[in-house]
Amino acid sequence: MARYDRAITVFSPDGHLFQVEYALEAVRKGNAAVGVRGTDTIVLGVEKKSTVKLQDSRSVRKIVNLDDHIALACAGLKADARVLINKARIECQSHRLTVEDPVTVEYITRYIAGLQQKYTQSGGVRPFGLSTLIVGFDPYTDVPSLYQTDPSGTFSAWKANATGRNSNSMREFLEKNYKETSGQETIKLAIRALLEVSSFFSKSDVSCVSTAMHDLIVVESGGKNIEVAVMTKEHGLRQLDEAEIDAIVAEIEAEKAAAEAAKKAPARES
Amino acid sequence: MKIDFSGLESTAPLCGANSEMFDGISTSPSFQIPDTTDFDDFQKEAIQMVKPAKGTTTLAFIFKEGVMVAADSRASMGGYISSQSVKKIIEINPYMLGTMAGGAADCQFWHRNLGIKCRLHELANKRRISVTGASKLLANILYSYRGMGLSVGTMIAGWDEKGPGLYYVDSEGGRLKGTKFSVGSGSPYAYGILDSGYRYDMTVEEAAELARRSIYHATFRDGASGGVASVYYVGPTGWKKLSGDDVGELHYMYNPVEPTVVEQEMSEA
Repeated sequence: MARYDRAITVFSPDGHLFQVEYALEAVRKGNAAVGVRGTDTIVLGVEKKSTVKLQDSRSVRKIVNLDDHIALACAGLKADARVLINKARIECQSHRLTVEDPVTVEYITRYIAGLQQKYTQSGGVRPFGLSTLIVGFDPYTDVPSLYQTDPSGTFSAWKANATGRNSNSMREFLEKNYKETSGQETIKLAIRALLEVSSFFSKSDVSCVSTAMHDLIVVESGGKNIEVAVMTKEHGLRQLDEAEIDAIVAEIEAEKAAAEAAKKAPARES
Repeated sequence: MKIDFSGLESTAPLCGANSEMFDGISTSPSFQIPDTTDFDDFQKEAIQMVKPAKGTTTLAFIFKEGVMVAADSRASMGGYISSQSVKKIIEINPYMLGTMAGGAADCQFWHRNLGIKCRLHELANKRRISVTGASKLLANILYSYRGMGLSVGTMIAGWDEKGPGLYYVDSEGGRLKGTKFSVGSGSPYAYGILDSGYRYDMTVEEAAELARRSIYHATFRDGASGGVASVYYVGPTGWKKLSGDDVGELHYMYNPVEPTVVEQEMSEA
């Protein structure tokens, strides 16, 4: 079979792989995605553009499962994501067949990252334009894990991470507010991180924002703009429905309001 | 009118005993045919002729404390005993053992190859491969060589995260999970002792004695088994060789000779 032998991704004189960096740019323009690892729960959340009226939203699932115990969310080119996800799903089953064991999160992350790297060093192909957040529980040890891969093919494990639009702001928020959580607290942390940025889009479509974290904007329609999925050892991957998300958003709003009130109260006393 | 068979004429020489079958047709096939009456099965017979009989006795069983693996050490070529000191228990890695039955070269090579693959898996995945995984790797390799004359009848025994594991893998491509196996020409005799003496909750010493006795009995009755009965134990910390006893000595241990009363000879006056 004839193959292209000219590489598209080649080094620049100062050591850059520009195609890979351009791919990272595509990721930065993709929708925001966040992942938070708790002690017994891992939460994935993605920002959703406001629903187009005629579109069947069930066909646009942004958080998918690779196997019963592994889930993936991504930011970037969704068509590239489909290809990568299909290959990863096949690899999960192939692993079960050859060693009679489910994959570990690290194994499948390494596979996906390896695939992304291959496309930066092959003839006639361009890199995949997406970064993935891969979560899951390892079989037998039940340790929860969160990994991130990017178009260059690197991967690493995280306690909490974000990718896509405004990932820097979200990551800063997570760094400030992360602590070991479990169950509902983990879900709240993930949604809070998403609300920090998705709120800006329900109000105005500005893509570069530089407001500080404590300058909070009230979200009117938080539940419609975010998609959240929770992975637990017992129940696997569970997508939260809009009502649940709205309830949690309301809880977060109430906590914020209480914190604001508490800040103002002592000031008045002194 | 006579039918025109000129188109079937060929100049190839006559071979085989089937020219009589073609009454009326004065011709022979244009290709050589084998000198046999059984055209469909003669190939099977040829393979059977070169197929090495698995002259050996190996056994392994899982019990409460782990896995016990034992084997004899005789290698035979037909009626000739070529060696009494063959290592039939192969150390794949510190926590996994493989047994050898069938072609010695095939077993040694593929077990070594399996050891390499297991180590690579450990390095890539930062954890040991399971006995399930290792046995499956070997079974898949042997399956891909199916029909090409490999002769391997092996048991993979080890201890992994799930506890003790034992699999039987052969060159036909078969792979079986089990708690008790014996492979080789002496296996029926070994099964006799093993099946009647086996209990799940034995101590390590009891299990070792059962394994030793089974191998001894197989060497006693089977001409292709003999030499030294080696017994290995696989526990949570890996395998350990427990004993290697010459079966001749074991015979007199199990069947001590009673000193018979010798008639007093008349002493010379």
